[in-house]
Amino acid sequence: MMTIAQQAYLEDFDWTSLDLLFLVVKVVLIFTMLLVSVMLMVWFERKVVSDMQNRIGPDVAGPWGILQTLADGIKLFFKEDLTPDNSDRFVFKLAPYLSLIPAFLMFSIVPIGGNFQDGGDGSVEIFGRTTFLQLVDPPMGILVFLAMSGLGIYGVMLAGWSSGSKYPLLGSVRATAQMVSYEAALGLSLAAVLLESGSLSTNQIVQEQVDGYWNVLSLGIIPFIIFLIAGTAELNRPPFDLVEAEQELVGGFHTEYSSLRFSLFFLAEFMNVVTMAAIIVTLFFGGPDGPILWDTISWFWPILWFFLKVVVFLFTFVWFRATLPRLRYDQLMDLGWKILIPAALFWFLLLAGIRVGRDADWNPAAILIIGISVMTLLFAALFRAVRMAQEARAESDLVEYG
Amino acid sequence: MQEFVFLVAAIIVLAGSVGVLLAKNPVHAALFLIQTLFGVAVLFLIVEAHFLAAIQVIVYAGAIVILFLFVIMLLGVDKSEDLSVDPIVGQRPLAFLSGGAILGLLLALLNTVDPIEPLPSADPARALDRTDASGQRVADVNQLAETIFGEHVLAFEITGLLLTVAVVGAVVMARKISGDLQPVPESALAASVGLEETSDDDAEPADAGEGDA
Repeated sequence: MMTIAQQAYLEDFDWTSLDLLFLVVKVVLIFTMLLVSVMLMVWFERKVVSDMQNRIGPDVAGPWGILQTLADGIKLFFKEDLTPDNSDRFVFKLAPYLSLIPAFLMFSIVPIGGNFQDGGDGSVEIFGRTTFLQLVDPPMGILVFLAMSGLGIYGVMLAGWSSGSKYPLLGSVRATAQMVSYEAALGLSLAAVLLESGSLSTNQIVQEQVDGYWNVLSLGIIPFIIFLIAGTAELNRPPFDLVEAEQELVGGFHTEYSSLRFSLFFLAEFMNVVTMAAIIVTLFFGGPDGPILWDTISWFWPILWFFLKVVVFLFTFVWFRATLPRLRYDQLMDLGWKILIPAALFWFLLLAGIRVGRDADWNPAAILIIGISVMTLLFAALFRAVRMAQEARAESDLVEYG
Repeated sequence: MQEFVFLVAAIIVLAGSVGVLLAKNPVHAALFLIQTLFGVAVLFLIVEAHFLAAIQVIVYAGAIVILFLFVIMLLGVDKSEDLSVDPIVGQRPLAFLSGGAILGLLLALLNTVDPIEPLPSADPARALDRTDASGQRVADVNQLAETIFGEHVLAFEITGLLLTVAVVGAVVMARKISGDLQPVPESALAASVGLEETSDDDAEPADAGEGDA
């Protein structure tokens, strides 16, 4: 639902005056922040993985090798840009941007700060203007995230197709199947959050968590776990990196890409990682929520808490990569369709049932027990059906091929 | 401002639709389709149907066209098609005829309704710009929910059931049929030469195959 503040903001917006300048400054700031965070994230990932593998990692460019990404970027910039003869030239050149632009737009709905404590609505005063510490807070809110992650698939898919070569095509077909499958689980676990907050706006979602409990607790831990797994798969990160499984597909969808175009894919990928961590924090961990320690710099604390929480999840993603082996393709599909989607659906129904019960004054313990036992029964039936189908298939294969 | 955005969106929609028709490569046609769908999403935004705009992008651009592309790529029809050949005779004149008929119907409809006058809303409780108790404008999500899950809940459930039936039907049709009707695979035939006469009984060729091995 649209808040009064938003309405006033839209109606009073003056396209000719300082409002526009203010908006442009905000866009540039968020843009720069994302780019810098991507640079640091690549370095962070390499450092943490090398620590976990008992290596030193990058340590030459700058203190602790912190400028390594910058050096790599400059190197890529000066490399030769190849376009395969077999490629569909226009689509080949378009694909990296189709990856990058959704990655940029996704971050615009994340509130990175602002005081939500004591009934505050997360707005801050800068140069006499009241604004939210997020680029936009559209009425469709979090759906922007789903829409953009849906569009990000096109970049990967068309890159693989337009390369005119089989490994990239295989990589992009895998990517499409994987991302479309896990988007369903992602959306269903998101629905649980929306049920709790009653609004699509990210600002309202944070607000609701500051007033009550963080969603990771108030929804039970299940939606968060499903979101984390589905999010990792959506990012094509290990252990779900079949899209660019080096051992099987050379480099996956971007095999034929080089120079700047390759770096655009690389940038989009890491930007998506940062954004996904920020979205998880916003949806389940109260966004910028946290104690205000000294009132003199009260604007600083929410931003600090937000960034600390994001770093925790960035570390989690790196940790996944360093410890978990890659899933096989059928395991990937089984996990998505037979476990995550039913679990997200059941949990959503359970939460809805609890809400209905609260309104109708039913016994909450009874709802919980009945709900969970029905859930267990249905899951048992599902697994039994899957097992029987697998056995029947194995048997018929045996009959056919002896 | 609104008129300007509408103009840009309309040009995007029209250019995209013409592109879908004229593109020789099916993948390019699908890309033009995405462009059209995007333009329509912007048109939704202009009339403040934010939820519809988001759903338009998520469902149509983010899932349906992806599946189109998936099929195009997997079936390998992504080469330029020869448009001079008419696969079904008389298909083209009929297409022009039905297109013209739809255009005529739309024009006739536009003539009967005065576009300046807003459509009459019999019930003020269902007006699009109504406000709730606290004076906030009721969002289009809530309005949609009230309509779909309140007034038309039966139709909604039946549609859901229909879709489920369609999915189950598709899965059943895509399954391998085991039993008497299944022809023996070529590989099994090649492995056991001279056993064609027993192929209508599904237990025998397997035994024979094992004997051969």
